[in-house]
Amino acid sequence: MKLKAALMGAIATAALAPMAFADAHEGERGRDGEVKIIYWQAASILNPFLSGGTKDIEAASLVLEPLARYDSTGALVPFLAQEIPTVSNGGVSEDLTSITWKLKEGLLWSDGTAVTAADAVFTSQYCMDPEGGCAQLSKYNGVENVEAIDDLTIKITFATPQPNPYGPMVGGQSPILQAAQFADCLGAKAPECTEANFGPIGTGPFVVTDFRTNDVIQMVANENYRDPNKPAFASLTFKGGGDATAAGRSVLETGEFDYAWNLQLAPDVIDSMAAAGMGTPVSAFGTLVERIEMNLTNPSADLPPETRSTAAEPHPFLSDEAVRRALSMAIDRDLLVEVGYGQAGRPTCNLVPGPEIYASDNTGCLVQDIDGANAMLDAAGWVDSNGNGIRDKDGVELQILFQTSTNAVRQDFQALIKEWWEQIGAGVELRNIDASVFFGGDPGSPDTFEKFYADVEMYANNFDGTDPQSYLSAYTCDKAPRPETQWQGENINRFCDPAYDAMVAELQQTADIDKRGELARALNDMLTKDSMTIVPLVDRGRVSAHANSLGGVVLNTWDSELWNVADWYRTGDNR
Amino acid sequence: MLTYTIRRLLLSIPTLLFIAFVIFMLLELAPGDPMSQMPLTIPPEVKEKMRLALGLGEPWWVRFPLWLKQFFIVEPQYWIDSAFGTNFADGAQRIISFQSRSPVFDTISERLPQTLWVVGMSYVVGVAIALPIGVISAYRQYSVFDQAGTFVSMIGFSVPPFFSGVLLIVIFSVNLGWLPSIYDTTHVVVDWETMKFQFQQMIMPVMVLALQTTAQVSRYMRASMLDNLGQDYVRTARAKGMTESVVVMRHVLRNSMIPVVTVIALGIPSIFGGAIITEQIFKVNGLGQLLILALQGSDIPMVMTITFLLAVMIVMLNLVADILYGVLDPRIRYD
Repeated sequence: MKLKAALMGAIATAALAPMAFADAHEGERGRDGEVKIIYWQAASILNPFLSGGTKDIEAASLVLEPLARYDSTGALVPFLAQEIPTVSNGGVSEDLTSITWKLKEGLLWSDGTAVTAADAVFTSQYCMDPEGGCAQLSKYNGVENVEAIDDLTIKITFATPQPNPYGPMVGGQSPILQAAQFADCLGAKAPECTEANFGPIGTGPFVVTDFRTNDVIQMVANENYRDPNKPAFASLTFKGGGDATAAGRSVLETGEFDYAWNLQLAPDVIDSMAAAGMGTPVSAFGTLVERIEMNLTNPSADLPPETRSTAAEPHPFLSDEAVRRALSMAIDRDLLVEVGYGQAGRPTCNLVPGPEIYASDNTGCLVQDIDGANAMLDAAGWVDSNGNGIRDKDGVELQILFQTSTNAVRQDFQALIKEWWEQIGAGVELRNIDASVFFGGDPGSPDTFEKFYADVEMYANNFDGTDPQSYLSAYTCDKAPRPETQWQGENINRFCDPAYDAMVAELQQTADIDKRGELARALNDMLTKDSMTIVPLVDRGRVSAHANSLGGVVLNTWDSELWNVADWYRTGDNR
Repeated sequence: MLTYTIRRLLLSIPTLLFIAFVIFMLLELAPGDPMSQMPLTIPPEVKEKMRLALGLGEPWWVRFPLWLKQFFIVEPQYWIDSAFGTNFADGAQRIISFQSRSPVFDTISERLPQTLWVVGMSYVVGVAIALPIGVISAYRQYSVFDQAGTFVSMIGFSVPPFFSGVLLIVIFSVNLGWLPSIYDTTHVVVDWETMKFQFQQMIMPVMVLALQTTAQVSRYMRASMLDNLGQDYVRTARAKGMTESVVVMRHVLRNSMIPVVTVIALGIPSIFGGAIITEQIFKVNGLGQLLILALQGSDIPMVMTITFLLAVMIVMLNLVADILYGVLDPRIRYD
C-alpha cells in the first residue's frame, strides 16, 4: 500500500512537471545566463559523506545525484533510477530483505564516461568503510551487501527485513560518487582527496569550475546532463557566508542574488524586506518541531555524578504527570508562532507533524488554559504552603531550571514561557548555552543537551526523509544517555516505557503502510498527549526567498532545497 | 645591530613554542565540538566515528607534537616541493581542516589576497590620512581643523564597524543602489571597467576600516608632535632662522615618528588577522571571516594555525619596530 502511494506520487509529479513548464520555458541549455544563489552558511566541502552539514549537502546536490529524491510532497521521484522499486513491481523482494534498482540508460558523468552499477557499489563501500567516518552511515543501516547484477542493475541486500528500504543512495544526503574519481580515497585516505572532495564529478545539472572553501563556488552547466534542454542557466554562482539578514537583503532588497536559503529571521524583518518588491519569500513545512523536553530524572547538583540525571533518580516534580500537563496547558502556542516564526511556523501538539499518514490528529494543546492548569496543580496537591509564591508539595518546590541554546527566538520564547509558568505558580530560572557546547556532545561538559542537567530544555529536531521509524525509535529505554554510554543517546528525557519499546519493535517489523501510520501515530501520542514527556510547541517551516525574475522554484523540505535546480529559469524581461 | 637581531630571533623561538602550547591548550580545554554543527539527525554513534576519523581519539600529548611536526617540518617540505619540484614531503600528512578536510595552508593562501587587498589597503589609506591630520592638528592646536580632526577621531573610536558598515550598506546599496553590498571574491581585474567595479566593491569596507585606523594613528601623531613642538631644540632651530617647514617636517616630525612607528608596526599583524567583523558584514571572505567560521565550527587545526601565524607576525614586527627606532633615532644603539 505504501509503495503504491509512493508510485502514485511519482506518477503525479511526472504528470505535473510538464504542466509547470508549459508556459514557454523550454529552450536550449544555457539560454538564461547566470543564476546566483546565496547561503548564509558557506559550503566547506562538496562531499556529503564527509560532512553532515546541510549547507554542504545542498551545495553538493547541484552536482551529485542519488537514485531517487523526495519531492516537495514527500513522495519519491526517480532521478538516476528508471523507476522506484516496490514490492508490486518486483523491485523489492517479498520478504523485504532486498531492493533492486535499475539505472536509466545512457547516463553519463560530467566527464563523459558512463554511469554504471559499479559506481553505486563503490559508493556504498566508500561510506561503509569502518575508518572513513562517513556522516551518512545511518543511511546504510542494516545493509549486508551491495552488488552490481549488470551494468545498470544494483541489488542491495539487508540483514533483516526493512519496511523502508529506501535508505542507501536515496535523498540528497546519500548520492552516488564516481568510482574512478574516488578510487584512492577509501577509509582513512578520504580527507586526503581534497581535489575530489572540492570538485566531485557528478551527474547533476552543474559542474564545478572553481571551489573556494567556506566562500564561493562557481559552476557551469553540465554538457552531459541527461536532458539536452536543461539546465536553463549556463553558469551558477553559489556564494556562502555572512548572516541571514544580509542574504535576505541581497535577494529581496538589492537584487544582487537570485535565491537565498533558509532565512531564519523575525517575521516582520522578512515582511519589510519583501516590501521592496525585488523578490518573494517562499515557505514550506517539513518535520522540524521546536519542543520542550521534560527531564524525567533528577538533575540536582547534590547527587553524585554516577546517578545525577539518570533513571536511578526520578525527578522530584516532573515525574508527576499532572505537573507536566499543567506546564503544557499554560503555553500559548499561537503567540509563540506570531512572535518567533510568522509564516514559517504553525502551532503543533505532535512530535511527528508530517507526512500526513504519520501525523496524529492531536490538537488538544493548542488552546492556552491557565485556569485549567492551576486547577490541575491544586488537585494534584501542589499548593503554595509556605507563602513564597511558588507551589510546593511534600517539601519539594516547583522550581524549574529551563535551558536552551543561545538564539534570539529561543530567548524570546523562554521569556514568554517563564511568564506563563509563573502565572501557574512555578518558579522559573532561565539559562542559555552556546549552541556549539549545547549540541557538542562532549561527555566532559555539564552543559550538553544530552546530559540534561536542568529540568526542562527547548530545541528543535527533525528526521531525514519521510519515514519516522528511526526518529521514534530514539525514545526506547536503552537510548537514554547515561554514564555507561558516555552520555551519548537520543532519548534525552530518559523516557522508559516497556509498552513503547514493544510498539517500536512492532513498527520495525511492519511493512503495511496503513498499519505503520497507525503505530507511528500511537507512538507519537504516547510521548506527547498521553504522557507530556515531550511538549511540542511549533512546527517550524522553512522560509527561503527567490528573485521575482527566477522561475521554477519549488521549495522542498524533504530533500535538498536545490533539488530541482535543473528546472529553474529566468522569467519576463530579465532574460 | 646584527648580533642584536640574531639574539632577538633566537629568543623568539622558545617564546613562540610557548605561545603555540598555550593556544593549543586553550583550544583543547575550551568547550565546543566539531560535531556540534552536524544536524541532530545524524546518530551519536556515527558522530563518534566521525570524531575518530578526525583524529580526536588521540590524547593531547600526541596531537600537539604532531601539529608541531606538521607545521614546522611537513608544511615547509611541501612548499619546497612545490617550488623546486622535489619530493621531500613524500605524501606526509599535512595540517587538515576539520570543516573542509583540505590542507589549512591552501585555504589560508586562497584567503590572503582578499585580506591584503581590503584590510591592507584600508590600513595604508588610514595611515596616509592620519599622519597629515595629526601633524596639522598639533601645529595648529585648538584651531577649527584640530577640533574637526578630534571630532572625526572620536567618531572613529566610538562607532563600531557593525554599525558604520551596516549604515553604509543601507545608504549606498539599499537606498541609492550605487555600490554592491556583497563583495565578489571571484572578480578579476582585466580592464578599466572591471577596475571600476573592484573600486566600487572595495570602497565601503576600506572606508569603514580606515576610519578606525585614522582615529587611532592621528591621535598618537598629534600627541607626539605636541610633545616635541615644545622642546628646546625646536626653539633653537627657529632661532637659527630655519623656515617653519624645515623645523616641522625635518626636526619635529622625525622625532615624533618614533612612538608612531611602533603603533603602526604593531598594527600590521591585525591586517593579517583580517577585520573579523567588517569582513563578515561586507562578505569579504578573507582571513578574519575564515577564523570566525573556524571558531564557530570548532575547527581546531585551522584556528590553531591562523592564531599561531598571527603570533609569529606580532613577535617579528615587534623586532622590526625596535630596529626602526635605531634607524630613526641615531642616539638609540643596541650594541
